[in-house]
Amino acid sequence: MTQIAVDQMKTLGYARPPSLWDRTVDLTTRSLARTFAVGVVLLLAYVVYVIGWSAVPVIREHGFNYLLSNTWDTNGDTPQYGLLPAILGTLYSSALALLIATVFGVAIAIFLSQDFVPRKLEVVLKNIVELLAAIPSVVYGLWGIFVVVPLIRPFCNFLGDHLGSFPLFHGNLAGPGLLPAAIVLAIMVLPTISAVSYDALSSVHPRLKEGALGLGATKWETILKVIVPTASTGIFGAIVLGFGRALGETMALAMLLGNVNQFRWSIFSPGNTLAALIANNFPEADTDQVKVLLFAGMVLLAITLVVNVIGAGIIQFANRGRKGAVQ
Amino acid sequence: MSALSHGPVPVPPASKLFFRSYGSPRTLISMGLSILAGALTLIACVPLFSVLIMLLIRGGSRIIHSGLTMFTSLPPGAMAKMGEGGFSNALWGTLVMVGLAALLSVPFGILGAIFLAEYSPASRLSTAVRFAAKVLTGLPSILAGVFAYAAVVIPDGPFARGAGVLFRLLPHPAAALPGAPASMYFQLYENLGAVSKGGFSAIAGAIALSVLMIPIVILTAEQALRMVPSKMKQAAVGMGCTKAQVTWKVVVPTALPGILTGVMLAIARAAGETAPLIFTALASDYLFPVDGHPPFVHLMRQTASMAVFIFNGSARPQANLIELAWAASLVLVLLVLVFNIGGQLLSRSSRPRGR
Repeated sequence: MTQIAVDQMKTLGYARPPSLWDRTVDLTTRSLARTFAVGVVLLLAYVVYVIGWSAVPVIREHGFNYLLSNTWDTNGDTPQYGLLPAILGTLYSSALALLIATVFGVAIAIFLSQDFVPRKLEVVLKNIVELLAAIPSVVYGLWGIFVVVPLIRPFCNFLGDHLGSFPLFHGNLAGPGLLPAAIVLAIMVLPTISAVSYDALSSVHPRLKEGALGLGATKWETILKVIVPTASTGIFGAIVLGFGRALGETMALAMLLGNVNQFRWSIFSPGNTLAALIANNFPEADTDQVKVLLFAGMVLLAITLVVNVIGAGIIQFANRGRKGAVQ
Repeated sequence: MSALSHGPVPVPPASKLFFRSYGSPRTLISMGLSILAGALTLIACVPLFSVLIMLLIRGGSRIIHSGLTMFTSLPPGAMAKMGEGGFSNALWGTLVMVGLAALLSVPFGILGAIFLAEYSPASRLSTAVRFAAKVLTGLPSILAGVFAYAAVVIPDGPFARGAGVLFRLLPHPAAALPGAPASMYFQLYENLGAVSKGGFSAIAGAIALSVLMIPIVILTAEQALRMVPSKMKQAAVGMGCTKAQVTWKVVVPTALPGILTGVMLAIARAAGETAPLIFTALASDYLFPVDGHPPFVHLMRQTASMAVFIFNGSARPQANLIELAWAASLVLVLLVLVFNIGGQLLSRSSRPRGR
């Protein structure tokens, strides 16, 4: 190209170095993008800081005594705000829900990832399970009150009457209680568990599966002895993530657990969780009680952060090992 | 090895070699487990349909009996007759708060995702950002509410203090712009004054919701941006584009359907959230966030929302309120499902084109 042609193109505007405006936009985009990316880290830090800081007044006054105290008495001369029943209730209800959700979630993940159904039906079923996560928890709470509780009550009372000496089945289901809450909670964490385990199962290298089938293993021998063990880290991560989700779930439990500050092993008795305690008591709380509820929020944050960081770490670890094998 | 050293192996007939007997325990177990897994999958689909059918029956019957008045009237008092009242203020409250939260979180999330996908995909900072976003997706929604309560609602929280400092620095609108009560500046000034006093408000609710939306937007937007073929970017760079031009004119438009999917999923999640709003927007039975009085949009009022309306209605003894709660649930679920399914359809339609 001759110099004249280059000059012509420059004057016509076809080719030119970036103008001052272009460079300004470039710099602005770069710095804005970096700012907001850093902002996410700062947001997390700030959320942790604010919630931690708002628990300080209670810690200063009472130390960590409320963590291990059982009595919740708001009306006495010296009000007691023991959080132990709520902490145990959080762990217990989440564990029950997780038990149900793991059985269903892993079965669904296996059923959908291992070519049991035609591809089209698989997509439909997968979307239906994923839509379970889309229903707002307050709607699940309403559904639980008017559908689940009446549905399981006769069955529960039968168990309570005949097997009541067994501590898990002690007493009757009077309305709200641990079992309906755990069932609804299980439905809510099911999509998390099934989706993450589905990813883990379907990214097992097909050669492993073909190898096992070629050696004469049946489909389920292949699944249980080759595919599931290979994907086990991912599945375990899914369960831990589901646990994290169950711990923090609020509204369904606030509506279904009965808001009673006691801890019982029986799955028919009412109870409380940290999140439900906060949600149920906040609207009518006085200043002292709000402080305690903020402290309860800090405890919940600590528990869920630990569980979620472990879950995310496990899944990251599972993916790292897999990167070389796939593609 | 032992088979080889003991002479020829007796070869069973082909039918036994290649076909497994249906009577053998191994095949029976395999079939049984298949049926079990299928049954568990089908059972897991039951709750969704049960919820939808209940919503249609109980919420739909209310809509059929009392028409669409529930969309235009306020919640019924204790003396109201069956079929009276509605949730218009809650519907407006949800729309305003979710809209405001989207305004806060979408630019935040998209720019953050651009940094992760385009500017620095493998740096330590990006790993930290991704990790923070993942931890934030696991943050219980109620804690987002506790956060916004402690940061925005409490009068001596950081937001209120910052607003108070600004409020004192700014000149009064009457002195700055005489005779313009509905101006933007007036609105800003009034809202700052209100924020500096703290209190339950739509702004606090929107901030709580945006804490929940930001990680969803950033993670899905990053995925979408990464799907853009690098050849397109290389072509743009080859023609002399700056990095920002590549990003805004090639990468973002190509990834737009995927980004919108994330935005819609985040909106669907936020619209259904209850717990954060109990702490931040509370609920008002009589006030609208939007009305005909200047400054028209009242973000510093207590604001009702669909989700909180359902929660409060479910705990009351009045059958009228419970009916209304079901109807509100139907509307809320429809709203959430439209955004959710719409978002997923968008991402599906975009996938072949992105490849």
